[in-house]
Parts: sequence; structure tokens; C-alpha cells
Amino acid sequence: MLTKRIIPCLDVKEGRVVKGTQFVELRDAGDPVELAAFYDEQWADELVFLDISASHEGRKTMIDVVEQVAASIAIPFTVGGGISSVDDMRNMLRAGADKVSLNTAAVKNPDLITQGSTYFGSQCIVVAVDAKYDESIGSWRIYTHGGRTPTDWEVVDWAREVTARGAGEILLTSMDQDGAKTGFDEALTRTVSEAVDVPVIASGGAGAKEHFVDVFEKSGADAALAASIFHYKETSIEEVKAFIRERGVLVR
Amino acid sequence: MIGIIDYGMGNLYSVKKALERLGIPYFVSEHTEELAEADGLILPGVGAFRDAMNLIRENGQFEFIEHWAADGKPLLGICLGMQLLFEGSDEHGETEGFGFLPGFARRFSGKDSQGRRLKVPHMGWNSLTFHQPDHPLLKDVEEGHAYFVHSYVIETADPDVLIATSDYGETVPAVVGRGEIMGTQFHPEKSSTVGIGMLKNFGAIVRERSGAHE
Repeated sequence: MLTKRIIPCLDVKEGRVVKGTQFVELRDAGDPVELAAFYDEQWADELVFLDISASHEGRKTMIDVVEQVAASIAIPFTVGGGISSVDDMRNMLRAGADKVSLNTAAVKNPDLITQGSTYFGSQCIVVAVDAKYDESIGSWRIYTHGGRTPTDWEVVDWAREVTARGAGEILLTSMDQDGAKTGFDEALTRTVSEAVDVPVIASGGAGAKEHFVDVFEKSGADAALAASIFHYKETSIEEVKAFIRERGVLVR
Repeated sequence: MIGIIDYGMGNLYSVKKALERLGIPYFVSEHTEELAEADGLILPGVGAFRDAMNLIRENGQFEFIEHWAADGKPLLGICLGMQLLFEGSDEHGETEGFGFLPGFARRFSGKDSQGRRLKVPHMGWNSLTFHQPDHPLLKDVEEGHAYFVHSYVIETADPDVLIATSDYGETVPAVVGRGEIMGTQFHPEKSSTVGIGMLKNFGAIVRERSGAHE
């Protein structure tokens, strides 16, 4: 049977992982390659790298990082952040990324999703969706630019639009829950998961092992992504998996 | 020496790196005269069945691969490359495959036997059931999980070609083969120790067939 996936997210700035500084057992906790190998050993099912470099040089460094990661682990990984053209996608996929994730660029130019899925296949096009509840529309509104810019898109409309254009997966971040550590946004995740036929990765709000049980059992998420809970060693992927397995969730 | 067939589809980077880590000698080529020097071939592939078969024919690789199979030399298809080994696919209209193995690729129904909705593509880690645990591809490999990404599934009436299967509302042929023709629906290079173990075993099969000159 298909298992639920646990995915740690690593923020990379100018070629260095920011945050994951609590790993005393690592020689260099800022080294994306070493952290990737560490999470692979911990039974992470996939990895997401988010490039938050501001500079052009930082972006170029990311390609080297991707090559090195691809050469050192045997699990799939996604690269996102600053990907805004077919060339950007090609560069990351050629360097060994399994999937690329589009966010702001997809909203600005939805045709990019169509082009990406046509050239490279739906299976490697992830659309990252940042959503925040908006009472005025009685649903969740899509934001871009790292959550700073509201758009006119409602989440279900946008999710259907991106999958119609060939997105193979949706990485859904709840801006309401992000950083709150009180659990994933089950209502949002369920709403999107029921609206589309592609897998949905729930993101934002993981603060305890129980939250992973809830998001899988109650919201239909196919995967759950978390950052700080793993980076700051509040728990480990192995612990989360053992915990949710005992409660009947299928994991690898 | 393993030859990876380059026909313009599929990300070869991860397969190459996995073989390098295993210390298995390989080369990548689109030229049949070079590929003919290999002791075993890998047929990779990501994308659409029809595009893949068209490219293989345009590149003049079709007959070469047919002869290779007829000569009983080792061939491993990965993902779409595995599906191409079968008779055909209804992806974008009927397309003929190589027909080395009996069966057809067709789209997942998106429902399980109880009519419950299943997401397509079948994406993620699924558990394997070994049907031929003594098959050389499965040697010392744990009956664990493998990483799948596909929207089309092989349907075959011949259980003899099933080396391992998975379950996604229906039986998913995961490792298939007959004689020296083998394939994995999942990506072994992305399937951690389970998949890497199978790549290692394919490397051993190829080395054995080459008469172990090395």
C-alpha cells in the first residue's frame, strides 16, 4: 500500500542551509549535502530545498548544491525558490533535482506550469501554494512573494487551475498556521485535497508528533512537510514515523 | 560494462550517480555501434510512451534493441523504460511497444475496488511483495518500499513475468522480467537501499554474463 510521506524542508541561502544548526553530530550543519544525507538516513521520504538566496551568485551556487545532493542521496528531492523560467527548471532538473517547485512565478505567468509539464512531465512540476484565510471571500486567498502579496486567486480555483495546466503535485502552505506550531491546517488541506486529483503536501504548523497523525487521518494529505520541528530536534523523522505507525498511518 | 541508452528522454543523472557510487562501470550513448559493446543495457525513461517509442525509432535504436533482446543479453527498463518492454500503451492513442513481455500499459482508473477515489499519478513510497524471491534482481534485497511516480500501469495476464508487485487499488507490476529482459516500474536510483540493491544486482548479472573478464 502507498505510504504517507514525511518531508523535511531545508532553506538554503547562498549555498548554505540556514536554521539547521542544532545538529551537533554533523561536522558542518550548514552543509546541504551533509544534512541531506542525515535526513536520508533518518528515513525522510523526500526532501525539499528552498533557495532563499537574494543574489544571482547564490542562485548559481544552488545548481552546484543540487548536483552534490543528487550525487549523494538515493531519495527524491524538490528544488524551489526563485524558479521563474523554463531554463531555470531545466537547469535544476539537469543538475539532478527530481522536481521543481513554482510559486510566485506560476501566479504571474501560469503558462509556465503548462510549459514545464509539457517539456519535463507533470511528475516533476510542483506548484507551491501559500494560502491565508480571508473572511471577505469565505475561503483562503493565495499570496505570493513569500506571503507578502495578496492575489485575486481563491485556493480551490487556483488548485484546479494549476492541475489543469499539468502540475503533478501541490505543496500547500497554510500562512495562518505557519510558525504557530499548533498543528497543520486541516480544513485548508482537506478542501484542496478533495478538489484535485494530484497529491497534496500539507505544510505549516507542525509542532508535535500528534499533528502528523491528524493531518493524515483527518485531511487526506498525501505528505506532510516540516522544517523547524526537525531542524531544532524537537523530534526526529524516525520518532514521528514510529509514532504515527502505531496509530495506524502507513509509513515507510 | 553497462550501456545506458540515451534517446533524449529521462533524467539520466541520478542513475549515473547511483552506478558510480556502486562502482559499476557504465557509459551513456545514443549510438547503437557503441551500445553494442556493452554487456548489459539500461533503458531509462520519463514521459509519454508514444514520444519515447517515436524517438527510439527516429534514432534508429529500435531494431538494435530488438536484436539485443533476441540475443538474450541483459536489459533493464526503468519506469517508462520498463513499460516500453511490453506490447503497447493506450497513452495518447494506441502505441506499440517492444513486445518482449506480455501486457499493456493503461491509465490508472483512479478508483480502488470499492470505488474509492485514488490520486493519479501514483506517487510516493509503496510496499513491495516479492513473487520470485529467488530472482537474481532481488538477491539480498529487503521486501521493503520503493518510490513510484507513474500514471499508467501495466496490465498483464501472465503472472510469470511478475517478480514483485505493489498495490494501488489494483495490482501494480513493480519488478518484471523474463529471462534477461527485466524492468522496474519504480525508480531504483530513488528507492533508497531497496532500489540501490536491485541496481547492484543488475550490475552483478551483467558482470556474470560478460564472462567476468575483469
